[in-house]
Amino acid sequence: MARITFIQHDGTENTVDAEPGMTVMEAAVKNSIPGIAAECGGACACATCHVYVDKAWREATGQPEQMEEDMLDFAFDIRPESRLSCQIRVTEALDGLKVRIPEKQF
Amino acid sequence: MSADVIKTDAVIIGAGPVGLFAVFELGLLDVKAHVIDILDRPGGQCAELYPEKPIYDVPAIPVVTGQELTDKLMEQIKPFGAEFHFNERVDALERIDGGFRLTTDDGTVFESKVVVIAAGGGSFTPKRPPLPGIEQYEGKSVFYSVRKMDAFKDRDVLIVGGGDSALDWTLNLQPVAKSLTLLHRRSEFRAAPASVQKMLALVESGNIAFKLGQVTELHGADGQLTGATVKAPDGTTFEQPLEVMLPFFGLTMKLGPVADWGLQLEENLIPVDTEKFETSEKGIFAIGDINTYPGKLKLILSGFHEGALMAQQVHKYVYPDKKLIFQYTTSSSNLQKKLGVK
Repeated sequence: MARITFIQHDGTENTVDAEPGMTVMEAAVKNSIPGIAAECGGACACATCHVYVDKAWREATGQPEQMEEDMLDFAFDIRPESRLSCQIRVTEALDGLKVRIPEKQF
Repeated sequence: MSADVIKTDAVIIGAGPVGLFAVFELGLLDVKAHVIDILDRPGGQCAELYPEKPIYDVPAIPVVTGQELTDKLMEQIKPFGAEFHFNERVDALERIDGGFRLTTDDGTVFESKVVVIAAGGGSFTPKRPPLPGIEQYEGKSVFYSVRKMDAFKDRDVLIVGGGDSALDWTLNLQPVAKSLTLLHRRSEFRAAPASVQKMLALVESGNIAFKLGQVTELHGADGQLTGATVKAPDGTTFEQPLEVMLPFFGLTMKLGPVADWGLQLEENLIPVDTEKFETSEKGIFAIGDINTYPGKLKLILSGFHEGALMAQQVHKYVYPDKKLIFQYTTSSSNLQKKLGVK
């Protein structure tokens, strides 16, 4: 089990339990976290599950692969800490992960 | 009415898997259909969002990609000769004597006995960058597609994005525009390598400019843009003068004009009964992801089932005097003749 905290643009925090193996996007959707649209359902095809990974967690969550980097072109307000949450796989090592949700997914 | 009106038994809105299979179920019952879709090809979400992603829950097909499923459905419905109208969105739907009149954004008019809404998550529309005040510039200074190149003649154009649309329009509009700047967040492009090469050559020859960055603010008045503030990758900002901006950030699904047709809606979904899959308006049906009812699951296989039952009721409207005898494709020579296998 890993605890993941989603921080809204206005600072509101929601912490949820995520099973290893699921994606951070799935953990958000399963817990009705606002701001994660995930229109394509996790196919890395829509860029509507965009999050900013807290600096301390950048290494643990890894680097985006080519497909994800390409799809980030379709998101807005991209920063070095931008990731698509459907491409971050939950592991025990991500217990305590914090991600920020952008003001708008589009 | 003018001779240009297309008269048909059924209009299916949406060419996703469920809309395509509706052609089959209606076709078996001799109901002729026209299919309208905003995309330029069949498949809906299967084609647009996951053409190469495997689907594992289509009965009897252990694994199939979105594109393969679309191709197989197109092959399966071929005998019924449905006509397709791509790149068109149904804007207006009104009841007329004996059915409905539908008008698309392209001005095509249909008169149909029934309407089947198989519009999935809604129509695919270009993403609007969440820039404050962008609405006021749309249609005059901000465009999400190019209908007439003339609108860009002798203008200072800014194209934003790094995909095929951004690259294609950079190449096409360069000879027409007064100046053209391509803005993208990084120096890699997910576009056809040939287009990227051509674009870079135009930068080299000084015919266009390529800049790295993301727009953060728009400036202008009365719907006319004069410039944009751009944040460069190093965090600094600069001002980009422009008259016209074309942002290309892909597509998103919006319910669109369906909301204006007087149908009862529940959270952007269309409630239907589970016997006929008819909406609150008699003669208008809704199948697939766009409908809702107790126990609804957004599965392709559920949409197929819904289409089969919908067709039974449609038959009653199209052939009020004919009694429908249920038949199997395995044994009915009548159905096999329609399928072209006998």
